[in-house]
Amino acid sequence: MLKSVLIANRGEIACRVILSAKAMGMRTIAVYSDADADALHVKQADEAWYLGPAPAAESYLRADKILAIALEAKADCVHPGYGFLSENAEFVAACQAQNIVFIGPDVPAIEQMGSKSAAKIIMTAANIPLVPGYHGADQDDALLQREADQMGYPLLIKAVAGGGGKGMRVVDASGDFLTHLAGARREGLASFGNSDVLIEKYLVAPRHVEVQVFCDRHGNGVYLGDRDCSAQRRHQKVIEEAPAPGLSDDLRKLMGTTAVQAAQAIDYVGAGTVEFLLDSDGSYYFMEMNTRLQVEHPVTEMVTGVDLVAWQLKVAAGQPMPLLQAQIKLQGHAFEARIYAEDPLQDFQPSTGTINHLRQPPTDQHIRIDTGVLESDAISPFYDPMIAKLIVWAEDRTQALAKLDLALQQYHLQGIATNIDFLRRLATLDDFAQAKLHTGIIEQHQELLLSPSPQDQHQVLAMAGLVLAQTPQQQFSQLTAMRLNQTQQITFNVNYLGEDHRLCIDPTTAGTVTQDQVLLQTPQQQVKAGYYRHGDCVTLFTHNGRAEVSLLSPSVDDYSISNEADSGSICAPMNGSLIACMVSAGQVVAAGDALMLVEAMKMEHTITAPTDGTVDEIYFNVGDLVSADVQLLHLQPINVEEQ
Amino acid sequence: MGTLINSINSQSADFKARSSAMQALVDDLRSQVAQLKLGGGEKYQAKHLGRGKLLPRDRIDQLIDVGSPFLEVSQLAAYEVYDVPVPSAGIICGVGLVNGRHCMIIANDATVKGGTYFPLTVKKHLRAQDIALQNNLPCIYLVDSGGANLPQQDEVFPDKLHFGRIFYNQATMSSQGIPQIAVVMGSCTAGGAYVPAMADESIIVKQQGTIFLAGPPLVKAATGEEVSAEELGGADTHCRTSGVADHYAESDQHALLIARQCIANCPKPAGNTLLRKDAALPRYPAEELYGVVGTDLRKPFDVRDVIARVVDDSQFDEFKALYGTTLVCGFSHIDGYPVGIVANNGVLFSESAQKGAHFIELCCQRQIPLVFLQNITGFMVGKKYEAEGIAKHGAKMVTAVACAKVPKFTVIIGGSYGAGNYGMCGRAFEPNFMWMWPNSRISVMGGEQAAGVLTQVKRDQLAARGENFTVEDEKAMRDPVLEQYEHQGHPYYASARLWDDGIIDPKDTRNVLSMALATALNKPAQETRFGVFRM
Repeated sequence: MLKSVLIANRGEIACRVILSAKAMGMRTIAVYSDADADALHVKQADEAWYLGPAPAAESYLRADKILAIALEAKADCVHPGYGFLSENAEFVAACQAQNIVFIGPDVPAIEQMGSKSAAKIIMTAANIPLVPGYHGADQDDALLQREADQMGYPLLIKAVAGGGGKGMRVVDASGDFLTHLAGARREGLASFGNSDVLIEKYLVAPRHVEVQVFCDRHGNGVYLGDRDCSAQRRHQKVIEEAPAPGLSDDLRKLMGTTAVQAAQAIDYVGAGTVEFLLDSDGSYYFMEMNTRLQVEHPVTEMVTGVDLVAWQLKVAAGQPMPLLQAQIKLQGHAFEARIYAEDPLQDFQPSTGTINHLRQPPTDQHIRIDTGVLESDAISPFYDPMIAKLIVWAEDRTQALAKLDLALQQYHLQGIATNIDFLRRLATLDDFAQAKLHTGIIEQHQELLLSPSPQDQHQVLAMAGLVLAQTPQQQFSQLTAMRLNQTQQITFNVNYLGEDHRLCIDPTTAGTVTQDQVLLQTPQQQVKAGYYRHGDCVTLFTHNGRAEVSLLSPSVDDYSISNEADSGSICAPMNGSLIACMVSAGQVVAAGDALMLVEAMKMEHTITAPTDGTVDEIYFNVGDLVSADVQLLHLQPINVEEQ
Repeated sequence: MGTLINSINSQSADFKARSSAMQALVDDLRSQVAQLKLGGGEKYQAKHLGRGKLLPRDRIDQLIDVGSPFLEVSQLAAYEVYDVPVPSAGIICGVGLVNGRHCMIIANDATVKGGTYFPLTVKKHLRAQDIALQNNLPCIYLVDSGGANLPQQDEVFPDKLHFGRIFYNQATMSSQGIPQIAVVMGSCTAGGAYVPAMADESIIVKQQGTIFLAGPPLVKAATGEEVSAEELGGADTHCRTSGVADHYAESDQHALLIARQCIANCPKPAGNTLLRKDAALPRYPAEELYGVVGTDLRKPFDVRDVIARVVDDSQFDEFKALYGTTLVCGFSHIDGYPVGIVANNGVLFSESAQKGAHFIELCCQRQIPLVFLQNITGFMVGKKYEAEGIAKHGAKMVTAVACAKVPKFTVIIGGSYGAGNYGMCGRAFEPNFMWMWPNSRISVMGGEQAAGVLTQVKRDQLAARGENFTVEDEKAMRDPVLEQYEHQGHPYYASARLWDDGIIDPKDTRNVLSMALATALNKPAQETRFGVFRM
């Protein structure tokens, strides 16, 4: 029996593990870096231990520190989540050496699946279908080029130790092969410390379909349905769903049993995912096996009703699997959308900063949000920029997709850029709705997916105006622009999408503003939007997505006052003597040019030209005594200011 | 908290008749105000605009924060008082937010008689300064005035509450740390020159603003010197040479921005720390106040139906609900601010007066602002009541009201007659703000009563001489009295003379009180010390 668990992770997955562990009565132990001292997973755990500085290499990747904490905190087991140490065989071995249970498979399984080429050799032996390719240990460039030419193009070069798209290149023609090979090797070396690659046939429009498998230590292995994760951006999954749509029962069963077979070929224990490429002709090929809980595991949980983390903890404690294959039933359809701190319109650049405002859709048994952040939390540059996973379930795919779109619309976040509007456009894309899925779907439709939200400009401006006209003293909008016994009408300027607009609003009739919702009333309709006001800016969350409008406040900086009454009259600053004159009458000077030197109180004062101009007349000679404020010379400014 | 139960049937013919009668009064009020907004008329406004100057209300709109309310005071000042129209007495005054801070804004309207000061202009300017002092509000003077209206010099120059008091107020408010900012946007002549000169900081608009003790004509007459107004007292002279002004502005807009910056540079004092809770709208629509009250002052209504349409969520915890029932007292909230409400529900008896005094004491003890809803014919008269000492009981209430140092707000929602006006915090008792509804009347007693008293005295005199007082005689005496009382008791008459701070639409009562409460809380809470209560 495991009574306590250390979660060697952060963010949403740490929170997710804590939830199930607590439900099972376990003591939960969190670890945190400097950046996460106030993070949600730290608050949710029963206890939290400090790991180290913010960079992952100095905190969440420090196997030695985590193990030391596990020992000191007397943790019975360690849950690695995903990423970080989840597929680190050395860490697993170290845990086991200290009699701490590692929630996951044993060392050999991790090692075998950790190397893509090793995995493929094992899978070939187990009769698991593989994409044709070269997985050999001989990494000679010329040999690889020969193998590639033989296979034909297009093809893929992958770092053997790679994952998540790193160290992966598509090659379209033989001539490009060596360049891409070098690139893949460089990335493999930088990211995984290994420059070895493999080569594979490149399927033109395949789907990414993966099978969730689960094995215990009693010889039982099951599959818990499949997931389609074809919607990917540069090999990063964006929206996942379960079950994979459009598969015949036979194919689904075939892929499921193949996946279990693959797992059993390496004596797998615990939760794992076997990823396949599904070609348009129905043939499927083993890609890789992830020996951990996947990010997208919740969609499987939604359609099977199984708590995969609870299963992991039970199986790790040596219990047999709670359900056998015949008892696992799929019901309905589930989607997961990954909400990232990134700006799709800026080439998906990660966005960091503070979440000033966060309103999530209401959750229930069919809408689930897995997140590790709260309002006012910061998204730091140190870790994965995923903010949350939004998971929805419905009776069928169409309903689930509609629900996903609505829930995304209700997910209001301000402070950092997010991909929410992008996710909505993907969810409402015709091809996506019709399940015409393939791994290039996002690239294929990127022009549409990456266009800004189509907003009704008039509505946006009116709603933003209503919000911006609120003053901090009032709790309700009745006082906005109140004028006694007159129409309450105000006029002001705002900027929207780089353009200035003049608004004229009667706040008493235009609508109402409450805590975080604005209601616009027009003769034809009423329109609602969420909003967040930050200073002179407002972020609206309309039916069509996010919109930013800012108040244009004139500033005193817009005016500049010259220091001289008549910029042509140059006067002595104080009593003194004229010791030098650098100009002569008729001379053209530029603003700032030195004109004269006046000595007073043992100090030299330079008289400079206030504007560009021509010297009209000089009233004194060098050596003359001059008194304060007397005119020394007259300058005819070149540009006479208009009055 | 106790929820007020509605006793009104808003579908009844009676209700609808009352409602439409009040609507007519509100419509008239709004049309009067629409007229006032034209200032000195379209011709003078066009001329003003032609000089590149902004109209005073537009100046105010640009000075205050976007969306800020502007609680205008004494809108109807000087209404039908002088031989010539002097709309709003030629000066716009009110409270608005400038960089989040409540400020009193006093803006001359140069389109009205050159912005010169009539007697009521002076009274309005002083009232605005009073409000600033009582509520701790920075003052921003948007100066554009030719100074005293010379033909009326005897009524604007010499007395205690005449022109000089403006500068006395500036100096004494400044000494109390209440910022005084002047923006010279037009002429500022003679006495007027002291407004910027006495200010903490002053701003002047080039080629528009001038400040001098004597203008070019007077200078020429006195010394023969010929000088232009700009040379004599323009922005360049005062910003570069004399130092009378501190900030040089290119235009009205620029000057107003500088004024906003001046306020931003004044640290905001702590003010009153009264805790505000989340607000809630009343359960019944404010528009129904029209039909609840109507315009016939002789028709009684339950004042709780008024309170129910003003306070948060119509929640009202009544104090001594079963005692002295002609005065309704209780605790409530308006827009989240705690208030104690004192409201008439009939003539004042000894018990009601004692209850009122007790309740005011409670509010002072607890630092709860007081709201008086006046609809009072006076204290009860007669042998029984004199014998039980109604005068001393009334005096207790008047003492309590006079000494109460919590913010006080008075709204006359019906009649305001006799000593009832005093007990219910009339003008003499320095409420922070005081408003009238358009249906209300204010006088020493009702017209009927006054006519009754006067004819009775006459009848007695004649009877003593053995003469007869005919019905015709009585009518001849009675009618002018009724007419006089109706004319002088009318809210327009009262507001024109600044007996109040303005006439408000009944349905705006809650919003106006909310803004007034927010304004009053700029002043730190004061301890109350009561005078001797006659027991």
